Amino acid sequence: MAHSYTPGLRVTPFATLQRRRILPLKGEVTVRVGDLVSRDTVVARTELPGDVATVNVVNRLGIEAHQIEHYMVKKVGDSVASDELIAETRPFFKFLKSTVNSPIDGTVESISTVTGQVILRRPPKPVAVTAYVDGRVIEEIPDEGVVVETQGAFIQGIFGIGGEAWGKVRRVVESHDSVATPSSISTDMGGCVLICGSLVSAETINRAIAVKAAGVIAGGIHAGDLKDLLGYDLGVAITGTERIGTTIIVTEGFGAIAMARRTFDILSSCEGMVASINGTTQIRAGVQRPEIIVSRPPSPSDREVATSSTGLQIGDPVRVIREPYFGRLGSVSALPSDLQTVESETRVRVLEVALDDGEKVIVPRANVESIAL
Amino acid sequence: MQQERDLNVVIATDCGSTTTKAILIEKVDGTYRQTFRGEAPTTVEAPFEDVTRGVLNAIQEVEELSGRKILEGERIITPAEGNRGVDIYISTSSAGGGLQMMVTGVVKSMTGESAQRCALGAGAIVMDVLASNDGRLPHEKIERIRQLRPDMVLQSGGTDGGTVSHVVELAEFIAAADPKPRFGTGFKLPVIYAGNKNAIDDIQRILGEKTALTITENIRPTLEKENLMPARHKIHDLFLEHVMAQAPGYRKLISWCGADIMPTPGAVGLIMQTIARKQGINVVGVDIGGATTDVFSVFDEVFNRTVSANLGMSYSISNVLAEAGLENIARWIPFDIDEGDLRNRIKNKMIRPTTIPQLLDELKLEQAIAREALRLAFIQHKQLAVGLKGIAKERTLSDVFSQERDGSLINMMELDLLVGSGGVLSHAPRRQQSMQMMIDAFQPEGVTRLAVDSIFMMPHLGVLSTVNETAATEVFEKDCMIYLGTCVAPRGKGKKGSQVLSFEMEFQNGRREHGTMDVGDLRHFPLGLNETAKLRANPAKGWDLGYGSGKPVEAVIHGGVVGIVLDTRGRPIQFAADRPAQIADTVRWNKATDQFPI
Repeated sequence: MAHSYTPGLRVTPFATLQRRRILPLKGEVTVRVGDLVSRDTVVARTELPGDVATVNVVNRLGIEAHQIEHYMVKKVGDSVASDELIAETRPFFKFLKSTVNSPIDGTVESISTVTGQVILRRPPKPVAVTAYVDGRVIEEIPDEGVVVETQGAFIQGIFGIGGEAWGKVRRVVESHDSVATPSSISTDMGGCVLICGSLVSAETINRAIAVKAAGVIAGGIHAGDLKDLLGYDLGVAITGTERIGTTIIVTEGFGAIAMARRTFDILSSCEGMVASINGTTQIRAGVQRPEIIVSRPPSPSDREVATSSTGLQIGDPVRVIREPYFGRLGSVSALPSDLQTVESETRVRVLEVALDDGEKVIVPRANVESIAL
Repeated sequence: MQQERDLNVVIATDCGSTTTKAILIEKVDGTYRQTFRGEAPTTVEAPFEDVTRGVLNAIQEVEELSGRKILEGERIITPAEGNRGVDIYISTSSAGGGLQMMVTGVVKSMTGESAQRCALGAGAIVMDVLASNDGRLPHEKIERIRQLRPDMVLQSGGTDGGTVSHVVELAEFIAAADPKPRFGTGFKLPVIYAGNKNAIDDIQRILGEKTALTITENIRPTLEKENLMPARHKIHDLFLEHVMAQAPGYRKLISWCGADIMPTPGAVGLIMQTIARKQGINVVGVDIGGATTDVFSVFDEVFNRTVSANLGMSYSISNVLAEAGLENIARWIPFDIDEGDLRNRIKNKMIRPTTIPQLLDELKLEQAIAREALRLAFIQHKQLAVGLKGIAKERTLSDVFSQERDGSLINMMELDLLVGSGGVLSHAPRRQQSMQMMIDAFQPEGVTRLAVDSIFMMPHLGVLSTVNETAATEVFEKDCMIYLGTCVAPRGKGKKGSQVLSFEMEFQNGRREHGTMDVGDLRHFPLGLNETAKLRANPAKGWDLGYGSGKPVEAVIHGGVVGIVLDTRGRPIQFAADRPAQIADTVRWNKATDQFPI
């Protein structure tokens, strides 16, 4: 049977998922395999080396670099407090004395007899990794972290801003193609993950930030609004570290595009439950898409659809991801094998999509995305 | 020179970030030809985490197409016997983001720049250049080193016998940052020291324990001399020993190869240098990818390579808009478009990088953006491809009046061949689109041949040239290059409508073309592959075709799949000030060179 390999985003009411929770440096794992954890449980912790401060002691004391050790009051490894004396001259006349004090709390890391530079390091910074989702620890990676398994609704977005957050799911609009306005967001939505329908403007996002919403999920956003929110034009799609006051996840793309009905319906069905969200996006080697996970126990009607890598087949649901049918949903109705020439004169492999309104259109295979269940 | 290995059948792969491309090269009737190719997704990342899977899949495709049995299970059969096996397997790699380096120098524009040229020429992406005078405070430098997590650090600085303390200070910063390599936690970061030899003992003391330190010759022993090759060789060695060996599956891949695996851009640079040397020409090459654009040049046998890490046609397309600005992109678009709509379309391409323009207008948009990505990458290249700075020069009166503008080694009037590769150039629906994109972005002056790499096999040929240069150059000429034709463009500027030149062309079949061209004109004359024509051109005063202002030129010009383009739009190209006039000009230029169907 004809098929085509194509990238796809998962949008499913029920899935079993694993998330690796790993420290940036080696440290201590604080939970064990089999432990039940909630999203805010610390699963591993470590200490990152503190920032450094440099002091050019020889310039400050007016001495030669090779003499520095003679003038140091503190030695390598010694603790120092902010403003504490670390080096001094000892002239015959006390009023000629010069001193150098530490600019920070920390320890002396190195004293250079070549450059006359003293490097001080602040105390280590504790770092903790949380479970992020409600679930069970299924694997321990010694000294590094754990793998947490959870079950529940799982939706991958196409693009996001901001890192991990969690909050109760709140619907802001009535339908998947409605546009949320600032007035749709009330003060009691603080800490919530807001489902905003088709398009979300900078104004609406600023309102969400003002009420301290944990996240904003929408079908589309204008690129100009994103630029206004970030204060710069995002050049490369590597995100997750932004600090704008909330996490944003876009499910369809840039522009006014209705959220896929299926996505909206799944999110609506989760209203009142807690969603773990992450806007981190990386579109290069090691693709990472933003995600929404609503952990919940399985119900008798839940049926997990196995993800397969067999590629697109006739009947599979797809979303068109480029003009002229950008954002339209449908299903694959034919997979012709011969190359075809499209309007731009590009010769490509194509497929036929039966759009949701019944129209059948030809699009390059590269221009559709499977909607994985 | 090393003796060439006698080879009849070669299988070569390039393991790219997304695709592994295999080509088969065979000796056919005494001549080396590229005969079959196959490709498969690269498998460096999860779930496979073994680069050799993708290599085997790509080779399997070659097997199926060629009928030659190359694999026995997971083993490459060597040597070739009849229709079985190959004489050698060779490979390049840029998987996992290529070789990412940080370099340091004392003075940014002197040893810093030399270190940058050294790393780039070895095929690396330079993540940052740290220098004593780069304006950053010590703690900012340390923080930056710690954040970057490069694959390797090249430390230079100080001429031999020059400053020691500045070099040692930078080593102290590296030691304080205690950086970890990107691959292989628990391994020490490779650091190459190629600076003042008088500082070696101090460097060893400071970095010897904390890093995997390698000492080599100073890349700038005196201000007047740059000595990049010893450090470049060390980069290649460490690339194999540390970076590649840590990447998933590479140990196995290395064991299969009959020659060292090279970083992809390093191999492209090698074939460019080989061709320039063999033909005695000046060459500029460009490879525009989804994330980065590499520019290579060989002028008077001096090789330079730069990589613009965030100028590309998909992953970093949005950065082209950010860096070029909307107006510069819009001047190539032959229709009106709303700013918000353009921004959304560019961002949508960024987040869905593998999509293809189905509509003609979308293709025109992508090609407009490509022109700007190429133009910006070339500006960056010209800034780095310069003579050595810091040398005391005696200037004569004639130097004062000379045309030398910025010390760049790139002289477009002296350029003989401009080669393009990368999806947007190699796979443009019409070859005249590739030619025009390159002419618009690079703005060649005088008489310049243009070509595209048919299927991006320059990396394979680069590594092949290390074992058999004849095979590499034969395949380059016969199968790799698709000659587009020749661009004839005088340097100068003038009022729109004023005459730039009169010309006469005599073709081999007796056909003659003659006429005059004004400022803002662009004309296309078909002239097939392997055909030539005699050109006589008389530029007006103020216009130069290589022999001085207003001086006539006679030249034999070469055809190609597009032909001859006469370009009198000015150098730099003169654009109309208002948008409607810009649109009218681009529509006229597109029509003159038959760019699009409508």
